[in-house]
Amino acid sequence: MGMLRISLLALLSHWRRHPLQFCSILTGLWLATALWTGVQALNNQARADYARAGALLASAAQAQLVARQGERFDQAAHVQLRRSGWPVSPILEGRLSIAGKEPSTLRLLGIEPLTLPREASIAGQLTTGFDLDGFIGPPGQAWIAPDTLLRLGLKAGEQPLSGDGQRLPPLQVQAQLAPGVIVVDIGHAQTLLRAPGQLSRLLLPKAFAALAPPLPVELAAILRLQASTDTDDLQRLTDSFHLNLTALGMLAFVVGLFIVHAAIGLALEQRRGLLRTLRACGVSLSGLIGALTLELGLFALLGGLAGVISGYLLASLLLPDVAASLRGLYGAQVAGQLSLSPQWGLAGLAISLLGAFLAGCSSLLRTMRLPLLALAQPQAWRLAQGVWLRRQVLLAIVLVVLAMACWWFGDSLLSAFVMVTAVLLTAALLLPALLDAALAVLTRFSRGPLTQWFIADSRQQLPALALALMALLLALAASVGVGSMTEGFRRTFVGWLDQRLSADLYVTPRDTPQALEISAWLSGQPGVDAVLPNWRVDTRLQGWPVQLQGIADHPSYRQHWPLLEQRSDAWTQLAAGQGAMLSEQLARRLKLGLDDDLLLPTDQTEQHLTIVGLYADYGNSKGHVLVDANWLRRYWREARVSTLNLRMAPARVPELKAALEQRYGLDSSRVVDQSSLKRWSTEVFDRTFAATAALNSLTLGVAGVALFISLLTLGQSRLGQLAPLWALGVGRASLVWLCLGQTLMLALLTVLLAIPLGLLLAWCLVAVVNVQAFGWRLPLHVFAGQLLQLGLLGLLTSLLAAAGPLWQLARRQPAELLRQFADEP
Amino acid sequence: MNLNRALALSLALLLGACEQTPEPRKSYAGLGRDAAAFLQVERGRALQFPADHGAHTGYRIEWWYITANLTDEQGRDWGAQWTLFRSALRPGPEVPGWNSPNLWMGHAALSGPYGHQFSEALARGGIGQAGVEAQPFLAWIDDWSLQGVPGQGLQQLQMQASGKDFRYRLQLRSDGPLVLHGNQGYSVKSGQGQASWYYSQPFYRVRGEIEREGQHYPVTGLAWLDREWSSQPLTAEQHGWDWFSLHLEGGAGLMLFQVRQTGAEPYRAGTWINADGQAESLRSDQIQLSEQAWTVQENGRKVPTRWQVRVPDHKVDVQVEATQAHAWMGTSFPYWEGPVRISGSHGGRGYLEMTGY
Repeated sequence: MGMLRISLLALLSHWRRHPLQFCSILTGLWLATALWTGVQALNNQARADYARAGALLASAAQAQLVARQGERFDQAAHVQLRRSGWPVSPILEGRLSIAGKEPSTLRLLGIEPLTLPREASIAGQLTTGFDLDGFIGPPGQAWIAPDTLLRLGLKAGEQPLSGDGQRLPPLQVQAQLAPGVIVVDIGHAQTLLRAPGQLSRLLLPKAFAALAPPLPVELAAILRLQASTDTDDLQRLTDSFHLNLTALGMLAFVVGLFIVHAAIGLALEQRRGLLRTLRACGVSLSGLIGALTLELGLFALLGGLAGVISGYLLASLLLPDVAASLRGLYGAQVAGQLSLSPQWGLAGLAISLLGAFLAGCSSLLRTMRLPLLALAQPQAWRLAQGVWLRRQVLLAIVLVVLAMACWWFGDSLLSAFVMVTAVLLTAALLLPALLDAALAVLTRFSRGPLTQWFIADSRQQLPALALALMALLLALAASVGVGSMTEGFRRTFVGWLDQRLSADLYVTPRDTPQALEISAWLSGQPGVDAVLPNWRVDTRLQGWPVQLQGIADHPSYRQHWPLLEQRSDAWTQLAAGQGAMLSEQLARRLKLGLDDDLLLPTDQTEQHLTIVGLYADYGNSKGHVLVDANWLRRYWREARVSTLNLRMAPARVPELKAALEQRYGLDSSRVVDQSSLKRWSTEVFDRTFAATAALNSLTLGVAGVALFISLLTLGQSRLGQLAPLWALGVGRASLVWLCLGQTLMLALLTVLLAIPLGLLLAWCLVAVVNVQAFGWRLPLHVFAGQLLQLGLLGLLTSLLAAAGPLWQLARRQPAELLRQFADEP
Repeated sequence: MNLNRALALSLALLLGACEQTPEPRKSYAGLGRDAAAFLQVERGRALQFPADHGAHTGYRIEWWYITANLTDEQGRDWGAQWTLFRSALRPGPEVPGWNSPNLWMGHAALSGPYGHQFSEALARGGIGQAGVEAQPFLAWIDDWSLQGVPGQGLQQLQMQASGKDFRYRLQLRSDGPLVLHGNQGYSVKSGQGQASWYYSQPFYRVRGEIEREGQHYPVTGLAWLDREWSSQPLTAEQHGWDWFSLHLEGGAGLMLFQVRQTGAEPYRAGTWINADGQAESLRSDQIQLSEQAWTVQENGRKVPTRWQVRVPDHKVDVQVEATQAHAWMGTSFPYWEGPVRISGSHGGRGYLEMTGY
C-alpha cells in the first residue's frame, strides 16, 4: 500500500512540471463528457416529458369512446351511458389561446374528477390533498405545469384572459402535469371552449373496457369504442430524432477521447524514464499499473464532474431549440427547463470513467510491455508505427466490408448509423497511411535538402499527430456532411412548402358543422375563388398512425400538389374514387409503390385503392394518404373537416381573416394566412437543425483542441530535430515558419481528404439515414461555397492550434537548442 | 345518527377520495363557512307530501336511505342497504349544467352468509346523472334507482343497485303510514339545538332477488326508509354516533341513536313506533345503551358488534347482535353498517350503523 502511495506520488509529480498536459487530459475528458451528457440530458428530458404527457389521461393508453362524426358530441350520451351502468368519465379538450404579451396556444383539458377512472389520475394529483370544492369552483382552478407557467410569463393565482376575452380560473401549479396543458373542471372547459353541453370523449376504466360490452343501440350510431393501445406513439415517433442526437453526442464523445488518448500517450512517452526508475527501485509491474490506473481514475472523476456540470449548462442552452422542434415536428410538448434525476449525473461520471479507461488502455498496455532498458526514440517509434499502420489498414478494409453490408442488407436506423460509423472510422484509420503515402509521393518531387527535410520530418511527425489529425478529419467531415444535408434539405423543404402551401387562407374550424357553416358563408363572399374542405380520418395501417385526407376535385391540387412519382391519369383516378396517393414515408413503411394495391380497413369492410401517386410530406411523423373526399365520407362516417383551404384575392385576406375571427369566434391560431404558415414552418425547420449545428461546431472546436494539444506536446520533443537545423544555420524565425508550413501542409492534406469524406457522409445521411429515420429521401446537393468555407475553417483551426506551440518555439533561447547536443549520449 | 354521518360524508366528498377519516375539528370548521346562507331547519313548518319526498335544494345535506332485513329460501339472514346523499357545495337553487351546487353520492351494500360487499357512486348535479323526483317518485344515481308508482308516494318502491360481485332488485310495499320523528318531523340532534327534518317509512314488506358472485337467491323480508335533510353540522365535541332501526316481533318498531361526545354523556334520542304507526318520541333518559362485545374490522378498528338495549318504559331489554360482524363500509368516509338480530324481551331484526370508530 505504501509502495502504491509512493509510486502514485512520483507519477503525480509529473503533472506539476507539465500543467499543460494535465489540463489537456482534463479538457479532453471534460469536453467529451460534457457533450455526451448534454445530449443525454436533452434526450432524458424529452423522454420524461413524453412520459408525463402519456400519464395524462386521454392518452393512447386509455380506452375511450369517441364521436363517430365530428370531434364532439352531446353530453346526454354520457348521462345515458352512466344510467346504463357504464363507468364512463367525460373529457372535453381543445386548443385555448391565452392572451398576453406573447399570445400562445395551449391544450385545454376539461375533466370530471368524481367519475375519473382511478388509473387515469392526472399524474397522481387526484389521490392526495385534492380539493374538490376548490377545483369545481367557482372560481375553480386551472392546473398548469411550472414550466408552462414560466413560458407564459404568468404567476400562480393569476387569472389570464383567453384569446376571446374570457377569464380563466386562477392558475394553480401542479409539478407533475404535462407541459403545454391546462387542466380545468369540465364545466369551465365548456365555457372557455364555447362548447356548452359538448364532450370530446368518454374515458373507460381498463377493466371495464376489457369486457368489450356492446354499446346501447341508439348510442352506437353516435359513439365508437377506441381500444387502448399499449405502445406510446410519441415515444416511437420521436425515436429517430433522439437517435440522431445520440449519434452526434457519440461523435463528439469519440473526438473528445482522441484528445485524452493523445495526451495520455504523450505523458507516457515523457515518463518512460520515471517508470524505468520506479521499476528499478523495486516497484512491481502490477503496483505500477495500479498506480497508473488510479491516476487515470482521478482524472476521469475530475473531468467527469466538470463535464456533467457543463453538460447540464449546454443542455439548458439547447433545450429551447430542441423543445421547439419536437413541438413543431411531432406535436410533442417538452418543457423549456431541465429537471433531471441524479442517475443522469452518475451516468455522466460513469461514461467519463469508461472513456478515460478506453483512451488510456493502450498506454497502460504499452507500460506493461515496456522494455526496461529501451530508449524513447521517435524514429524507433515511427518504425514500430509501421506495423500499426498495416494493422490499421487491415481493420479499415474490414470496416469497409461492414459498411457495404449495412448499406446493402440493412433496413433499420441502427444499421444506417453503423454504416456511417464504419465509413468514418475507415477514413480515420486510413488517414495516417494516406498522409504517409501522399508525403512519400511529395518526397519524390522535392528538390533541395531543406525541402527534403521538410517532407521527411513531416512524415516523422505523423505518428504523433495522427490521432489529432484523425479528430480533425472526423469533425470536418461531419461538418461537411451535416452541413450539406441541412442546407440541401432546407432548399428542398422551402421549395416544397412554396408549392404545397398554395391556398391563401387556412381555416381550422372547431368542428364539422361549423366548417360547413363557414364554408357556406364564405362561398357568398366577394373575392373568394374557392373553398376547399379537407376531410380527415385518423386510422392505423400496419400499426402505424396514418391520416387519411379527403380532398375535393379541384384544379388547384393538380397544379400545386407536388408529386414525386405519378401515373398519367393520377388526379382523374383519385377524383373517381379509384386511386389514392401516398406520402413517401408511408409508401416506404408499407413497402408499396406506384400501381400497387392499397388496402384500407374501414369500420365494416375493407376498401381497395390503386396507388396512383407518391408525394413528399416532410416533417409529418405520421403516414399520409390522399383520397377523394366523397369516397372518404362514404366509407368513414367519422370523417370530419380538419381545415378549409381558401383560394382568394390576396388583397382581401386580412379583411376576411378578421371577419372570420369575429363572426365565428375563432382565435387567430385557427385562421392563418399563407405567409404566416410558411414563416412558422420554416422557423420549425431552422430550430430543428439549430441544435445539430451547435453540436457540430462544438465538435469542430474539440478537434481543434486535440490538434493544439498534440502540437504542443510534440513541440517539446521536437527540439532534438530542430537543433541540428539551427546549428546548420537556419534561423529561428525560419524554423518557426517551416514548422508552421509543416502543420498547415498536414492540415491541408487532411482537409482535402475530409471534403470527399464529408460528401460521402452527406450522401449516407440523405440517402440512408434520413430514409430510415424519417422515411424521406432527399436529393444530394453539393455547395461549393460551403465546402470552401469549411476547408478554410479547418485550416484556421490548425493555424490557431499551431500558433501557441510555435510562439513557444520562437521564444526558445539558443542555449536550449545548444543543450540538445549536450544531452546526446 | 344519520344526519351527522351524512354531514361527515359530505365532507369526505369535499376533501376528495382520501383514505383517512378527516379530522373532525378541521372538517366542521370547513363546513361552518357561509352556513347561514343555507336554508335553516325551523320548528313549526308542516311537512307536505309528496313534495317533501323530492330534493330540498337550498339545504346543505339530504338523503334517501333504505335498509332491508332479508331471508333467503334456506332461512339465512341477508341485509341490503341503498343510500343516496345530496350535498350542496354552496347555497342556492339547483341550476342545470356543471355549475350545479349539488354533489350526489350513492352507497349500496349486501351483507349475508358470504360476507359483506359494498359499492359507492359519485355524481355531479345539474346534468342528470343523479337526482330525485318527487312525483312519481324516482331517486337515482348511475344505474342504481329507487322507483315509485305514480300516485302512490313512497308506498311501493322498486329498489336496485349493484357493485362488484353483487346485485339486488327488490320490491318494497307498505300499507302503514309515514312516521314523523321528533316534533312533527322536527328532530333535535343535540343539547345545543342542532335539528333536522326527519321522517321514516318503517313498515315495508320486501320481495325480490339478490345476486352474489353469479348466484341468485330469492328473498323476502322487511325494510325501513329514512328521509332527512338539514343544513347544520355537528358540534366540535361530537365525534361519532350509533344508530339502531329495529323491527320488533309483533310489528312494533324502534329507532334509537346516541351521539358520542367528548367530555359529556352521549346525547340519546329515539322513537317508539306502535304496529299501527302511532309514534312516541323517546328522551335521552328513557334509553339505555351499552356495548357488550367488540370486533376488529379489516382496517384494524375495534367496533362494538353486540349491544344491550333497554327502553324500560316500553319493557324493552334486548341483546342486539350483528349477523355479519365485518360489515365495514370502506367508502370515501368509512363507517360500519349492517343487519342485526334481536333477542331477549323481544325478538326481531334490524339495522345498526356506527361511525367515528
